[in-house]
Amino acid sequence: MKKEHKLKLGKQSIWQYADAPESTSHIQIKKKYDLFIDGKWVKPESKKYFKTINPATEEVLSEVALAGKKDVDKAVKAARKAYRNVWSKLSGRERAKYIYRIARLLQERAREFSIIESMDGGKAIRESRDVDVPLAAAHFFYTAGWADKLEYAFPNRKVRPLGVAGQVIPWNFPLLMAAWKIAPALACGNTVVLKPAETTPLTALKLAELIQDAGLPEGVVNIVTGAGDTGAAIVNHDDIDKVAFTGSTAVGKLIQSSIVGTGKKLTLELGGKAANIIFEDAPIDQAVEGIINGIYFNQGHVCCAGSRLFVEEPVYKEVIRKLQDRIETLVVGNPLDKNTDIGAINSKEQLKTIENYIKIGKKEGAEFFQSACNVPKKGFWVRPTLFTEVAQSSKIVQEEIFGPVLAVQTFRSVDEVIQKANNTPYGLSAGVWTDKGSKIFNLTSKMRAGVVWANTYNKFDPASPFGGYKESGFGREGGLHGLRPYVRLN
Amino acid sequence: MAEKKTIKKVVETPDNRLEVLKTYKMYMGGKFPRTESGRYYKPLNEQGKALANMCLGSRKDVRNAVVAARAAFSGWSGKTAYNRAQILYRIAEMLETRKAQFIEELMQQGSSKKQANAEVLASIEAMVYYAGWADKYQQVFSGVNPVSGSYFNFSVYEPTGVVSVIAPENSSLLGLVSVIASTIVGGNTAVVLASENKPLCSITFAEVLATSDVPGGVVNVITGKLKELAEYMASHMDVNAIVYARADKKIEDQIESLSVKNLKRVHNFFVSDWMREAHLSPYRIIDLQEVKTTWHPIEVIGASGSGY
Repeated sequence: MKKEHKLKLGKQSIWQYADAPESTSHIQIKKKYDLFIDGKWVKPESKKYFKTINPATEEVLSEVALAGKKDVDKAVKAARKAYRNVWSKLSGRERAKYIYRIARLLQERAREFSIIESMDGGKAIRESRDVDVPLAAAHFFYTAGWADKLEYAFPNRKVRPLGVAGQVIPWNFPLLMAAWKIAPALACGNTVVLKPAETTPLTALKLAELIQDAGLPEGVVNIVTGAGDTGAAIVNHDDIDKVAFTGSTAVGKLIQSSIVGTGKKLTLELGGKAANIIFEDAPIDQAVEGIINGIYFNQGHVCCAGSRLFVEEPVYKEVIRKLQDRIETLVVGNPLDKNTDIGAINSKEQLKTIENYIKIGKKEGAEFFQSACNVPKKGFWVRPTLFTEVAQSSKIVQEEIFGPVLAVQTFRSVDEVIQKANNTPYGLSAGVWTDKGSKIFNLTSKMRAGVVWANTYNKFDPASPFGGYKESGFGREGGLHGLRPYVRLN
Repeated sequence: MAEKKTIKKVVETPDNRLEVLKTYKMYMGGKFPRTESGRYYKPLNEQGKALANMCLGSRKDVRNAVVAARAAFSGWSGKTAYNRAQILYRIAEMLETRKAQFIEELMQQGSSKKQANAEVLASIEAMVYYAGWADKYQQVFSGVNPVSGSYFNFSVYEPTGVVSVIAPENSSLLGLVSVIASTIVGGNTAVVLASENKPLCSITFAEVLATSDVPGGVVNVITGKLKELAEYMASHMDVNAIVYARADKKIEDQIESLSVKNLKRVHNFFVSDWMREAHLSPYRIIDLQEVKTTWHPIEVIGASGSGY
């Protein structure tokens, strides 16, 4: 008879670790941040500032300038001037060296950036330290080298920059998204006006400091802070040639609508509801780790999160049991603790959204499971959550939750799971777990999604193009293909 | 003595023969139906003479065509690139054998004999050109990505899906052939709106497609009015991309607006002179492709140190 372990893991389980907090003694956060325009720190015309808080403690970290239309206009003018007078006249080699400098400076100050990222956004230090910041530096480093090789990226074409790029980025990977946006724009010879998300502006502002240190010509990168209105002012500014946006599909559609007829180039990296498919012949333990990483990585605030799990029926019970056991071992709490697996939810607003979806899931009759772990009293938290017995039509299966909530369905045949997996307006990513090579290639080629992970999940690399099919957006970021949205070909 | 018989021939006086006129229907799912609406319109040539009764395609025709195109997508995109290359080359062969007919139609639509001849030859060249790309653009534009870590990572192009194609108004054969070829060579299927005022060649070209091993539904040709049909071609939720190859900016804006509903990829392929060599381009193929990136771990045998 097969032996089965039944781990009994509760609040007082063996998985209690001693505190291991990362020190914040050497980091510098100013009390107040102005706007970074034309290489200088400029006070906002509105004279208004907004607070950015630590979602794990609800303490105010800093006050940040609120950029209005006039400020955005200043930033765009600075970017245009820098484009015309300096950046478009530099050789690719010179541009490359500036971007290399940014990469190196970021590596030198990596720990500081990681800590601030975790404080401002709530993500576990393990992730900001091992994923976000090193990847951001790598992205600058990788992309830098393209600046003087663009003619090789686009055979038989002359390559020209577009001009001024307006870029609006989300709060889930604040520094990394800034790198994804700024690096290719600069490498291809464009100048930038970038707006970080209102809940996570600090690492972008630290990056502005670093860009000053790097000696980048004034106005090549401008960073303006604010909320939706500031973003709209950038997108709708007449002198912007290119709009790049990462965020929700709803806002992406608003942006696409608002630039109709303007001739502005657009890339959108939007939402997702990825299928993670596990076959009977998969390496189950590895797959369980991958599923956990797929949905609980970064509190589930990941557009490519594997939020729909499909399990082949013969291994359903085993997979669910192992998933539940593993969920119980996840450490939820202080993002700055090196043992923490799941940090704080990014904002009160997002917390409400996730809690609402959990309510909906229960109401729709799905089977609900949540880790029994303790969470801190202050701050915003959601325990890792699992829903089984869900239907294809369930709201928690159809809509992007952007939180640590997994919806599990079963399947019997390959055709069935391909249909179910593709039955969504989204098409950003997918996961497949099986030890059979031919099945992998069948599944990976049938998934209508821009990134497919086979026997792994949530892996990112500057050399690897990222972006979606269908309503997950268009255009790619990273790799050779990530240059295309920033050039004009003749 | 035998009575002298006069043998009556089928055609006695070729010069006075009454011509058999062609009924121009539409092309959908491999068949030639009339418009479901039962409507027609009469495009006029420069002398004001009606060219034919053309089907005045309707919203329902667009929807039927999308259904046919969607149904054909899996099979067409699943064919080997080599097979698609041969099928496109076969289209070129069929075009070549029907040169005279296309020249005649182009002349009816107002081209001079010289212009018509040049346009037909260029159309055949365009088809041969794109046929050759079928099994090459992937190699030229895809690749293995050198990621940091023990993973095999590669990016390939895949067709976007069903594409609405609003074919050029003035280049009724060459423009049409060029946009259809660059759309389908990479595995997309197409719903095509033919030139409104010069529609004859589009239906004759559909007859070429029907006899060239192109599976039914891969290309569907509708005739009708842009002003009426642009809306439906741009707003259909099961269309993934739209190619607009005409000059009317107002309609282009309308198409861009409606395409937001399901984030259709919108491409403007308008050019003033399709005869220019520069308009043959593999970039038109990859405009209608999606980049897919695949990751797989590579096993690491710890410290074995074995070489090649």
